[in-house]
Amino acid sequence: MKIARRIAWVLIAVTVLMCLGAGFLAPAHYATQFREIPNAAPSRAHWLGTDALGRDLFSRTLYGTRVSLFMAPAAALLSTLLAALIGGAAGYLGGFWERVAMAVTDLILSLPWLFLLITVRALLPLDVAPMTSIAVTFILLGCLGWAASARVLCAGARSLRQAEFVLQARVSGMHGFRLFAVHVLPNLKPVLYAQFWISVPVFILSEANLGVLGLGVAEPMPSWGGLLRELESMWSPMAEAWKLAPLLLLVLVVGSLQLLISQEEVA
Amino acid sequence: MKRQGFKKQGFRSFGCFGGFARRAAFGSFGNLWVFETFETSETSETLFHETSETFETLSHETSFFMRALYCLLLTLCLANASFAQGGELRFSLHHEPKTFNPLQAEEDSSDTIVYLTGGVLMRVNRQSQALEPALASSWKISDAGRTITFVLRPNVYFSDGTPFTAEDVAYTVRQLMDPALHSPIADQFRTGSGAVQTKVLAPNRISVTFPAPIVGLDKLFDEVAIMSAHSPRKEMAVLGPFYVADHKPGAYVLLRRNPNYWKKDTAGHALPYLESIRLDIQPNRDAEALRLRRGEIHLINVLDSEYYDRLASIAPGALHDAGPGFDTEQMWFNQVPTASLPAYKLAWFRSTAFRRAISEAINRADMCRVVYNQHAQPAIGPVSPANHFWFNASLHAHPYDTQSALRRLQQEGFRQQGGKLVDREGHAVEFSLLTNAEKKSRVQMAAMIQQDLGKIGVKINLVTLDFPSLIERITQSFNYEAALLGLVNVDLDPNAQMNVWLSSGENHQWNPKQATPATAWEAEIDKLMRTQASTLDANKRKAAFDRVQQIAWEQEPFIYLVHKNALSAISESVVGAQPVVLRPQTYWNVDVLRLKSGTGGH
Amino acid sequence: MVRNVVHHALMIAATALLGGLLTATMVRFAPGFSADERQLDSRLSPESMQVLRDARAAERNVLPFYAGFLFRAAHGDLGTSRTLNRPVRELLAERWPATLHCAGIGLLLGWVLALTLAVSAAMLRRGAYDVFATVLAGVVLCIPSAVLALLSLFANGPAALVVALIVFPRLYRYCRNLLGQSYTRPHLITAYAKGLSGPRIFCAHVLPLAGPQLLALAGVSVSLAFGAAIPVEAICGIPGIGQLAWQAALGRDLPLLLTLTILVTLVTLLANLTSDVVAQALAPGQGQE
Repeated sequence: MKIARRIAWVLIAVTVLMCLGAGFLAPAHYATQFREIPNAAPSRAHWLGTDALGRDLFSRTLYGTRVSLFMAPAAALLSTLLAALIGGAAGYLGGFWERVAMAVTDLILSLPWLFLLITVRALLPLDVAPMTSIAVTFILLGCLGWAASARVLCAGARSLRQAEFVLQARVSGMHGFRLFAVHVLPNLKPVLYAQFWISVPVFILSEANLGVLGLGVAEPMPSWGGLLRELESMWSPMAEAWKLAPLLLLVLVVGSLQLLISQEEVA
Repeated sequence: MKRQGFKKQGFRSFGCFGGFARRAAFGSFGNLWVFETFETSETSETLFHETSETFETLSHETSFFMRALYCLLLTLCLANASFAQGGELRFSLHHEPKTFNPLQAEEDSSDTIVYLTGGVLMRVNRQSQALEPALASSWKISDAGRTITFVLRPNVYFSDGTPFTAEDVAYTVRQLMDPALHSPIADQFRTGSGAVQTKVLAPNRISVTFPAPIVGLDKLFDEVAIMSAHSPRKEMAVLGPFYVADHKPGAYVLLRRNPNYWKKDTAGHALPYLESIRLDIQPNRDAEALRLRRGEIHLINVLDSEYYDRLASIAPGALHDAGPGFDTEQMWFNQVPTASLPAYKLAWFRSTAFRRAISEAINRADMCRVVYNQHAQPAIGPVSPANHFWFNASLHAHPYDTQSALRRLQQEGFRQQGGKLVDREGHAVEFSLLTNAEKKSRVQMAAMIQQDLGKIGVKINLVTLDFPSLIERITQSFNYEAALLGLVNVDLDPNAQMNVWLSSGENHQWNPKQATPATAWEAEIDKLMRTQASTLDANKRKAAFDRVQQIAWEQEPFIYLVHKNALSAISESVVGAQPVVLRPQTYWNVDVLRLKSGTGGH
Repeated sequence: MVRNVVHHALMIAATALLGGLLTATMVRFAPGFSADERQLDSRLSPESMQVLRDARAAERNVLPFYAGFLFRAAHGDLGTSRTLNRPVRELLAERWPATLHCAGIGLLLGWVLALTLAVSAAMLRRGAYDVFATVLAGVVLCIPSAVLALLSLFANGPAALVVALIVFPRLYRYCRNLLGQSYTRPHLITAYAKGLSGPRIFCAHVLPLAGPQLLALAGVSVSLAFGAAIPVEAICGIPGIGQLAWQAALGRDLPLLLTLTILVTLVTLLANLTSDVVAQALAPGQGQE
């Protein structure tokens, strides 16, 4: 396991360094269209071939990593924090607050948020800066993605309310937020880690789907989600195996994240 | 099933003559038409193999006279038997049909069902683009285009056995002209206020008089499926080759052969040949292409170029490129004076030189090659060269010439500054281009335009929206700068585009619903469109609309990009298909389509 | 007991009604509400265009519309779908079995897959197996749902399997972490030391610890499965509620969206209530106050 974690560290570090150094490493700008060679196979000039418009896929993967690798974990962290605060606090407080919080959670799970997202897009100017659009997208994803794990956290916190160590801490004079933060939250870490780990790839893929609504990463800027959406057009993965590179990279990064964030007590 | 089994038995009873007929036919009559009929029937093929040896033996022993007699007998028998009817054609609808009422059909799926089930008075032959008699054996237009008189075919019945008479035509026209009906079909007949008069002159003669002349009146009836005035099944009683037999919402629509269909083939056999058509509801194009590849469906009526190329390596014989279609892809700038645009941007968009420069800076040839893989042509104007009569052949595609584009811009006071194009007042030329995300080819074209215009220093922000949001911006709020969309032209006649070219029109996309024309050229277009709508003289109409195309070419309110080719995919098991450009591209002659033996049967 | 039931029923009803109102508001004020793609048809006359624009007049004012909708719904009339031109009640009646089948079986399969992997990983506690399970779940999680659905179509696989594959990685991760956490409790070390067998430890000590949260996850997984069913039904051509929901969303079909949202809210609430009730029944001391 230690070796696996070391490998995970190296992978993440290499990925971060590569995407930060995309300007030097990329053989071409991500938007440059080599129109004579669309959908080309890998070659010396284009290590991962080209896409339908002749854009270098290796460059697009590198630049796409920048967006997805930083924004998706940030959004996942936001959703995890919200889940912890809302779900955890609801279970810890119990009673009326728990009922209200869980009703809100169930509503969040049921409502068609597509329309809120469309409205948000309409409120943004058409010439919104790309980074603003990306940031808004991932903030929205973070703000809407906490509900599922909040329920699980609430059940966990509810169980811990009557745990002996919590009772002992109360008797010792610890109350309120301090009790919650010091004794309850740490015991909810497994669910929080699971929430974070799941959210990263889910948000990356969701960002691509939000492109339909005008949110997300606008052309020609690439993102992992956008690159993965191209897989829908592949009929024979073996014939164009190089196009699976973004998927492979995502799997490696997500797997590495899981290895890094897991604790000994969870293993 | 039982009927087909009986037919097979019937074939086998003539087995001893099978081989004679084939050999004798080859020897005596020429082989082509008989050979074709053999191909349609598995049983006939079996007959050939089983009995050819018999013929070989007999041919040495019998006289020529006997052979000829056998041949004649068999020809007579097999002529009936070898037109094996049967088989189920399968293809997809992309969404649930909203209605089976032919007068209310507005979307693709309903239109498909109406085409396959509806009987019309006249039919535009999709191949020759000429109008042909159908339920009306003849017609006459009089009264300067206000009155049309039909002579109807006798002895025709609806699918439920109800007789077809002039009463049904009168009923259909009354339904069509009901003020409560708001459909594109109905609106094309409403050229003036006042009631429509229908006069049943005889059981098979009827005249219809409209309040105002209608150009191309006869061709409009290609879209009007006749409904029964008396049938208890209402719009489900049809006169077309098929009728709706089953409908599982969300899953499929099953059409069965109309036993009372009036049409016969040249040999006198009842049409259609197919027993049924199954229309599966499949919204996803990838899934549709997969199903064609697996042989689960027989055709894709309108195929995207992306799937054409993917299928090319797997089923090249199934693919058809009928050449440039009628559809166009175009971009335009928002010229609505009340739009929430900065004044300087509005000034750019209203400048003809600016629009011409942008047009010249776009590499259409690259679009055709990269996005459509040569299954498209650079567009010239609103009318595709495929529209033989109406296309203005004196026009040519705008050249790709960035130097010329820059010169035009310089004349307008634009200049290059630090790699960016700026106007007289120093504003960097930058605008957003809207398109709908669902259409991948449009997003790709927009990305190519972004790159092309980047070369002359123009920055484009590409914004993809969902279709309803896009429509709201371009038709109601006018909160956009430039848009890229396509136009599906189902009608050859330019009269269908009145609302696009009239400055007061709702679809005058760049600046709709003008109280008075904003520019002299728009005023001229108004005059020309009204001229072509008010005369029945085809040459005068052509001259007027040629001039409209000329003005559109010069002023470029729409920057036409490409005419996509009419692509389709038809399984090689479908016999008789002749894909064309006019919709429906593949099944326009559905009544004579057949399936090869052993394919698509029950 | 009766008081509890009534109380829960009122909460569910109030939440569902609030959900409906929020949906109606969001849909009404979202861009594209009054747009109709038929407005792009140049053959339509100005009068027809005006009729199209006026078609949604009754839906423009949210509160009266919603009140009217509820009144009619109480009498069994759920309105007519704009996009499909049919009564909403008929559409739901035709389509819910397909979704129930697809999402229901998919959810069950997802749980079986997730629990099999999670329980075996927790019990075996082998690093290599854990890595293998993590990688497997990670790979499936990273594949877009549309791609999974297309692969299933390609391989002639059932749509329920696609739903299972979408749902299972999420369930697996939670289950694995919860079960793993339970195994680290001190009293389990004592149990091992005293010679209790693995399965007995699992059933008697691990499961009860993780149970409440697993049950909560079960409740939540119902809405996950319904959400997963939407793209799967659209791509695989299954005439279910998911396909209907997508069409309704694109067409801003308010009566249909409203009904679907209230239905989904009710199902979610009931599923979560069931899991809460079961959790309370299994561990009464940890119930709500």
